[in-house]
Amino acid sequence: MIHFIWVFLIVIGIVIAAVNGNVEVVTQAAMQAATQGVSLTLELAAILALWMGLLHLAERSGLIQALANRIRPLLHFLFPGLPKKSSAFGPMGMNIAANLLGLGNAATPCGLKTMAELQKINAKKDTASSAMITFLVLNTSSLTLLPATIIALRISTGSLNAGEIIMPAFLASLFGLTVGLLADAFLRKRRQA
Amino acid sequence: MVFLSKISVWIIPALLLLIPLWAYIKKVPVYDVFAEGAMEGVKTAVRIFPYIVTMLIAIAIFRDGGGLVYFSKLLSPVTELLGVPVQVAPLALVRPLSGSASLGMTAELLQTYGPDSFIGRMASVMQGSTDTTFYILTVYFGSQGIKKFRHAALVGIIADCAAFLAAVILCHFFFA
Repeated sequence: MIHFIWVFLIVIGIVIAAVNGNVEVVTQAAMQAATQGVSLTLELAAILALWMGLLHLAERSGLIQALANRIRPLLHFLFPGLPKKSSAFGPMGMNIAANLLGLGNAATPCGLKTMAELQKINAKKDTASSAMITFLVLNTSSLTLLPATIIALRISTGSLNAGEIIMPAFLASLFGLTVGLLADAFLRKRRQA
Repeated sequence: MVFLSKISVWIIPALLLLIPLWAYIKKVPVYDVFAEGAMEGVKTAVRIFPYIVTMLIAIAIFRDGGGLVYFSKLLSPVTELLGVPVQVAPLALVRPLSGSASLGMTAELLQTYGPDSFIGRMASVMQGSTDTTFYILTVYFGSQGIKKFRHAALVGIIADCAAFLAAVILCHFFFA
């Protein structure tokens, strides 16, 4: 799927540029994107170093465990295939807690840690396990109580009521998450059969 | 609102204060442990670096080549039917693909039409109600070398569509 999307994006972009007679745009776009990728990764490395350092402290002092325990019953329900003692539940709980607080930068390292833990018990190492897919649904729907970036953006453009979008945004992502989880459960069963 | 922005201002300093302090009280060797974590972070960034570049290149070619404009035009009958202002439609397409691109588009819409206009509000809700699905798939699966995504991309798209539909309906409901 991802191979198709990737090739599709490139082919369509180049064909349309060529038809419009400005194919030179493509060269610039590709070079710029690659450069952007480097600066983005550098930024990401800095943020990840900071958060991973902090998370390491949280982990070693038992904080992650305490937080995960609160969310765990819900996660057991969403991940029936994982053993209840699975070490994936620790960073997973932290990831979801961080997402709820709108701390995307803190959520990503925990999410990557979760993926590493899930990979340890994954039978086929090049194929996504069912638990991984469910976990990604939880992440891509971005259920958040505090969309900090967008609120900051609204304030900076002079909104009189920057917070008014919190409720509709929360309800919309809750609906997206519910539909996503149902679709995941349905497709997982159908493909196993 | 002042209260909420106060909270967001305080969250990160509070975490930076409380976690190291708590760890120190718990007799964790904080300096070394933090550095270990930082090393892990750098390693992670290095591992996902090629995937980020690869995806950004494809998105940039699609966008700057003009694919995005045609896609939006193609979808205009649908957007009119759903009651989405046509200015917001490209955002729905970019949102799952690129966080920085969609944030840039949202900023542009808020500046042009005003954050409290219907377009501005809908753009805000859309930006806030889903995440960059393909970026997350790429980074999370990429970090473990997983190449077969099974139904992950499909489920992600279904969830995004549902969230967008809900965002449109809720905006008409809240801000009509």
